[in-house]
Amino acid sequence: MSKRDFDVIGKGVTRKDGPKKVKGEHEFADDLQFPMMLHGRIKRSDIGHGRIVRIDTSRAEALTGVKAVLIGAETPIKYGIVPQMPTEYALAHEKVRFYGEPVAAVAAVDAETAEQALDLIEIEYEALPVYTTPEEAMAEGAVKIHADNRFPGNIAYEADQNFGDVDEAFRNSHYVLEKTFKTSYVNHAFMEPHCAVSKFDTNGELFIWSTTQVPHYLHRHLSKVLQMEMNRIHVKVTGVGGAFGGKGEVSNNELISALLARKAGRPVKVLYSRKDVFLQHRGRHPIEMRVKVGVDKDGMITAIDYDGTMDGGSYGGWGLVILFYTAAMLHLPYDVKNVRFNARRIYTNKPTCGAMRGLGGVQPRFALESLLDQIAIDIGMNPYELKKRNAIGLSHETVSGQVVRHCEFRKCLDQAVELSGYKEKHGKLPFGKGIGLAGGYYISGTAYTLYMAYKPHSSAMIRVDNESGVTVYCGATDIGQGSDTVLGMMAAEKFGLPFESVHVVSGDTSLAPFDLGTFASRVTVAAGSAVCKAADNIMEKIMPVAAIQLGVRPGQLEARNGKIFSVFEPGKEIDFWKVVEKYIDAHGPLTATGDYTPPRRTGNFKGANIGHSPTYGFSAQCTEVDIDTETGEVRIVRVTEAGDCGQPINPVSVEGQVEGSIVMGMGQALFEEIKVGKDGRLLNPSLHDYKIPTMADVPELRTTFVDSYDPDSPFGAKEAGEGPIQPVIPAIFNAVYDAIGVRFTEMPITPEKVLQALDAKKKQEGKGR
Amino acid sequence: MKKLIKLEINGENFDVAISPAAYLIDVIRETVGLSGTKKGCGVGDCGACTVLIDGRPTLSCITLAVACAGKAITTIEGLSRGSELHPVQRAFIDKGAVQCGFCTPGMVLSSKALLDENPHPSQDEIKTALAGNLCRCTGYAKIIEAVEHAGRLLSGEGCDEQA
Ligand code: FES
Ligand code: FES
Repeated sequence: MSKRDFDVIGKGVTRKDGPKKVKGEHEFADDLQFPMMLHGRIKRSDIGHGRIVRIDTSRAEALTGVKAVLIGAETPIKYGIVPQMPTEYALAHEKVRFYGEPVAAVAAVDAETAEQALDLIEIEYEALPVYTTPEEAMAEGAVKIHADNRFPGNIAYEADQNFGDVDEAFRNSHYVLEKTFKTSYVNHAFMEPHCAVSKFDTNGELFIWSTTQVPHYLHRHLSKVLQMEMNRIHVKVTGVGGAFGGKGEVSNNELISALLARKAGRPVKVLYSRKDVFLQHRGRHPIEMRVKVGVDKDGMITAIDYDGTMDGGSYGGWGLVILFYTAAMLHLPYDVKNVRFNARRIYTNKPTCGAMRGLGGVQPRFALESLLDQIAIDIGMNPYELKKRNAIGLSHETVSGQVVRHCEFRKCLDQAVELSGYKEKHGKLPFGKGIGLAGGYYISGTAYTLYMAYKPHSSAMIRVDNESGVTVYCGATDIGQGSDTVLGMMAAEKFGLPFESVHVVSGDTSLAPFDLGTFASRVTVAAGSAVCKAADNIMEKIMPVAAIQLGVRPGQLEARNGKIFSVFEPGKEIDFWKVVEKYIDAHGPLTATGDYTPPRRTGNFKGANIGHSPTYGFSAQCTEVDIDTETGEVRIVRVTEAGDCGQPINPVSVEGQVEGSIVMGMGQALFEEIKVGKDGRLLNPSLHDYKIPTMADVPELRTTFVDSYDPDSPFGAKEAGEGPIQPVIPAIFNAVYDAIGVRFTEMPITPEKVLQALDAKKKQEGKGR
Repeated sequence: MKKLIKLEINGENFDVAISPAAYLIDVIRETVGLSGTKKGCGVGDCGACTVLIDGRPTLSCITLAVACAGKAITTIEGLSRGSELHPVQRAFIDKGAVQCGFCTPGMVLSSKALLDENPHPSQDEIKTALAGNLCRCTGYAKIIEAVEHAGRLLSGEGCDEQA
């Protein structure tokens, strides 16, 4: 596929869900009502770690209006998004591992009755020590949080990867810098709390409506936990009010709603409160990492050594995968030959960490981009110069075997630096003001499914007929990012029809053909490829018909502006729909399928399957800060982003992804942090106490793209939703260094920390004099 | 004990039997059945449940329904007439200020209330007025643009640039 002038791609279209959303008509799971529907609520543990000795639900069951009460012993089937390592239960079974873990559930005629019933459930625990940090959980003699864990010290999983000769490279380095970095415990804080509604029909088939990113994985989990055949379960994705990875694995409320619905024999809705959302969590892993980087005298990176401990919280979740992603995302977008990665994920008695926007990349990026900045300054080089020298070129294969088929990272650096005036500003602004640069990249999909399978990762079916028009059926899930629009645009471009004439049916395991789900920034490339292939297959069917009608060869035909015409003989053209009619008259229904399987690459080391992606997106950011040295407040003034997301399919949506990423990253850099008490209780599980950026915090955002087109991607596109968050945090930290000469290594940079650091700096300088 | 009260929502009168402790959002969503008003937190922290009461943006999740008797309540459903969109809604679409759409109803209503009072707000005025409406998807930039654009549409300077 080559670049050309498109009619739909790259043009602004009005997303079809726009009008519905501004009118409040877009249907979210909590908007659904069914006759006789019950409301489910969850009883949560009030200790951080312990054995369940006794549960007495009799008083709850006796309460008028209660239709079903459920406990873990009734559903003792373990599951996990990584099927080889199931660790979780719908309701705690035998023991609880974090404060607020679901232990029992009630379905009642209304929410108030269900909540009353929860108070009537008596649970007796035998308390165990609570570990809220990896340090405590790893200590000698610590109780195992998971009895069947094969690793000692509450290690959930470990990774060690070693490429080249790191020690030798350090010995030969001109300059080596090592620092320890710490990232914070943050939540996605999407606006819509989780909600699921389950309903069994007369034939005993389950219908579940849920706000999920991964209908397919929900489908599998339901089958496992409810012990039902998959073909008797129908998963329907409702509107998803933001997710960012947080709805990227099965959530307890989904399983509980189905189990309660089965037990009560009535539809059951289980809606989370905001506090429940924080307890379900699956946010970013806090990591403490010691990172060491060496350079030669030209600033070329000689080696990277990483040692990290991830705080995983109480369950497995996506953890194993994220551990290896962290390894894979350590050194790109730079060309580094010697890399060592040692890390472990630790179970602690806290809500489970998991997939959050840019997973695997954000933490190592923070460390590496901070170190490179400091190294450049220490050896007297402009950080831009150092990063540019080390940046990979148009294509690249990493020491770990990741193949980057297309990359415009150098352009990103140049463009961000030029537009922001970085070179003129860096090191030259008055005290308190600073500018920082950072780069980043992200995968556009993964190479493997989480379970062993050879089936395509995405598939699509297109039906074209004169009555209902063009309908694209694809299992991809629109979580607000606008993938339905993108898939519809691709089909429209292929058929030469206006975007408005294409319907997209997605996010439904019964109606749409298989797709893995929305995660790892995979949808545009994977589902997009499947849709493009299906569209090509449709064209292959109708072009011969058009050719006969026009008396030309099919090979010279093109579809545009609602017509199929000969590119060589102007005037030889026929209406698209006329051709469809002729085709259907002669052959019957016009449908075609398409599918996509990413290249399967691997290597000869543990975790080698992870990190491969068909293609990668890149970005660079220059961020300007203004620090109030009286209050310690860091104000972000302007962020200039230059992104390589290939060809933006729907530019407004891509900008939206970038802007959302920047502001989300700002929150983590400057103030977001879940606080946990000694007993494992969350201290700030509300949007009042857990601050996320508001409109008042928003800086000037200059979102730009570099000219880019990946010829092997559908319409040249690459990811856009997770790459742009990669540079955000280090660019801010680097700007803060430029402003006040303090190298922070721990998130978030709160005003107190700034004041303390300024104080310490003053004292230090006083002494020096 | 439930109480029978009359609520005026979007110009229509509803007789509803509700508990005196019921919050307006639940009455609007569950009893009346208008689901456009969203609940993001239920405790006054996010702005998703914003409705207009006598024209003023109000958090319906911390407002008792009984206190609203005799007042004019506008929800997102009351903003447009049929398929015709209110200029604020139009501007949100045109400027790409909508992603998941969960914050959108509250955001649109707060914007409308702002523009009713101040037809040409500065960026800082917009930021202050909408700081109580959280959005996690958009990074707010396009919402700010949309509000500025809506101000122009409302004062009849509609057809700027590409929009
Ligand atoms: S739902 Fe009312 S402020 Fe959040
Ligand atoms: S558009 Fe999703 S929260 Fe605002």
